[in-house]
Amino acid sequence: MATLVTIKSSPVEDAEALQKAFKGWGTDEKSVITILGHRNVYQRQQIRKSYQEIYQEDILKRLESELSGDFERAVYRWMLEPADRDAVLANVAIKDGSKSYHVIIEIVSVLSPEEVLAMRRAYHNRYKHSLEEDLAAHTTGHLRQLLVGLVTSFRYGGAEINPKLAKTEADILHESIKEKKGNHEEAIRILTTRSKTQLLATFNRYRDDHGISITKKLLDNASDDFHKALHTTIRCINDHKKYYEKILRGALKRVGTDEDGLTRVVVTRAEKDLKDIKELYYKRNSVHLEDAVAKEISGDYKKFILTLLGKQD
Amino acid sequence: MAFNQELEAITQAFSGHGVDEKSLIAVLGKWDPLERETYRKKTSHFFIEDHERQFQRWNDHCVRLLKHEFVRFKNAVVLWSMHPWERDARLAKEALKKGSISYGVLIEIACTRSSEELLGARKAYHSLFDHSIEEDVASHIHGNDRKLLVALVSAYRYEGTKVKDDTAKSEAKTLSNAIKNAQNKPIVEDDEVIRILATRSKLHLQAVYKHYKEISGKNLEEDLNDLRFKETVQCLCTPQVYFSKVLDAALKNDVNKNIKKSLTRVIVTRADIDMKEIKAEYNNLYGVSLPQKIEETAKGNYKDFLLTLIARGG
Repeated sequence: MATLVTIKSSPVEDAEALQKAFKGWGTDEKSVITILGHRNVYQRQQIRKSYQEIYQEDILKRLESELSGDFERAVYRWMLEPADRDAVLANVAIKDGSKSYHVIIEIVSVLSPEEVLAMRRAYHNRYKHSLEEDLAAHTTGHLRQLLVGLVTSFRYGGAEINPKLAKTEADILHESIKEKKGNHEEAIRILTTRSKTQLLATFNRYRDDHGISITKKLLDNASDDFHKALHTTIRCINDHKKYYEKILRGALKRVGTDEDGLTRVVVTRAEKDLKDIKELYYKRNSVHLEDAVAKEISGDYKKFILTLLGKQD
Repeated sequence: MAFNQELEAITQAFSGHGVDEKSLIAVLGKWDPLERETYRKKTSHFFIEDHERQFQRWNDHCVRLLKHEFVRFKNAVVLWSMHPWERDARLAKEALKKGSISYGVLIEIACTRSSEELLGARKAYHSLFDHSIEEDVASHIHGNDRKLLVALVSAYRYEGTKVKDDTAKSEAKTLSNAIKNAQNKPIVEDDEVIRILATRSKLHLQAVYKHYKEISGKNLEEDLNDLRFKETVQCLCTPQVYFSKVLDAALKNDVNKNIKKSLTRVIVTRADIDMKEIKAEYNNLYGVSLPQKIEETAKGNYKDFLLTLIARGG
C-alpha cells in the first residue's frame, strides 16, 4: 500500500502557488513540501504542464535553482516522471560504478516488464544511447552478462509454473553457487530469462531440497562483485519489500546517513508499497520508520521525506 | 496445343515455387484417361511403374512435396495478413524448433526490425507461447551461438541520430584487433565483439563499419569467419544486400524446402518496409530485376501474389 496522502487540487492553482513560493528572496520551502508532497504522479505531471504553459519554464529547472542539497535532489526525483526517474537513477548508478550496480538490479527486478521498457525508452530519449550499451561498455565478464541480461529481459508475466523445470533449474543454481568456478552462465541464463513466478517456484524448490534459502547460501560466497550482484538479484526477485527494508535499515544506521538510498526508496515506493515496507521495518527494528528518519536527518529534507511517509501536518 | 507441348506445360506447372493452377485446370483437367496414363508413364520422377501389376503409382514423397507447393500460396496469404508482431514471433518459434540451420532467421528478425517492432514481436511471443523469447532461445541453444543470439533478441537499440564518432572509431579498432587475434581467442567467445554488435545503435554500427573499412581495407563481414557473426553484421549494416542474397539463393530451381520458404518470408516481411531498396540492390548485384526472376521461377497464384506484394509502392 502507498504512504502518499493525496489532496485534490487544480494544477493551475498549484503552479501559481509554487511560482509564488519561488518569487523573491529565498524560497518558501514549506509550500513546496505541502503542495508537491501531497500530489500523485498524475497530478505532478499536470503541474509540470501547467507551469510550462503559464510561465514558459520547466518547473524542474526552477526547482534545481531554488532548492539545494538532499532536499533538492529528493524533490527533483519526485517530480520526474517515473520512467524518466528510473532512467536517471540507472545512469547515475552506471557512472558510480560497481558500488551502485545494486540500484540497477533493484529497479529492473522490481518493475514489471512494461515499466522496464518505459524506462529504457526514457533512457534513449535522455542519453541518446540504449541502457544496455552504456551498461555493457562499463562492465565486463559475468557481471556484465548478468546486468545486461537483467536490463534487456522482457519476462513472460503469466502464472504458469513448470515444477519439473523448477527442480532442474534449482539444481543448476545449486551447482553454480556451490563452487567459486561454478557454471555461472547457466545461473545467469535462468535468472535473466525465466518468468518471476517460475523463479519463485525454483527458489522454493531450492529451499525444500537443501534446507536453506538460496539467498542465505549465496551469502557465504558473496565476495566479488559478480556474486554480490547475483545475491541482490535473487533477493530482489524473491521478496523486494524485505530487500527495501534492508536498504532503509542500512541507510539510516550508518554513521553518516545514506541519503541517496533513503531518498531513492521513499521517492520510488511512496506511491506503491512503502506502507508494507514501513510495517516490515517496524517488525524488524521495533522503531517506526518515521521516528528513525526524524532522528537521522534534518531540515526541509526531513520534512519532505516525512510528508511522503504519510505524516499529516 | 499438341500433346507434347501439354506434357511440357504440366511439368512446368509443377516445377519451381508454387503451382500453376491455371495450366493444371486447363490441361490436366481436359485430359482423358489415356492421356493421363501417358502422362504418368512419361513422368518417372513423379510416378513409379509397377511392371508386375501393370499400373503406375504416385511416389509418396513427391505427393508430400507437392503439398508444400500447393500450400505455398495459402502460407503466404496467412503470413501476409498476420499482425507483424505475431508474424515475427511465429517465425522465431519455428526457427528455434528447426534447429541450427534456421538460426539465421532469428538473427534476421532481431537485426532487421526496428526496436519497437522487435519489442512487439517479444510481446506477441509471450502471448502465443507463454514464455519469453529470450528464455526459449537461451534454453534451446547451447553452443557458441547462445550468447550472441540471446543478446540480439534482447536488444532495444537507441534509434536516434546521435553517434559518437570517436567511440565508433575505437570500437572499429577493437573489432579489428579481435579479428586479428581470432587464432588465440575465437570471435564467438569475445565478449567485446558481442557487446558492440548487440548493444550499439544501427547508425553507430554503420559508422563502425565505415571505420573498419578504413582501418583494414576490407568489409567487416568478410573478415568475420563465423557464419552467425557475418549474418549479424550484414543484417545490421547492409540489410538490403543481405535480403537480396537470401532471395537469390531461394529463387533457384532445386533448393531445399527451408531455403524455398525464405522467398515468402522475405517478400512478406519486407514488402511494407524496404522492398524498393531491395529491388534496386538485387538488380545491382545480379543484373536482373527481381520481378522478372520471380516471373521465371514461381508459378500460379503464388507467383501473382508475390509480384503484387513487390509492386506495391513502386
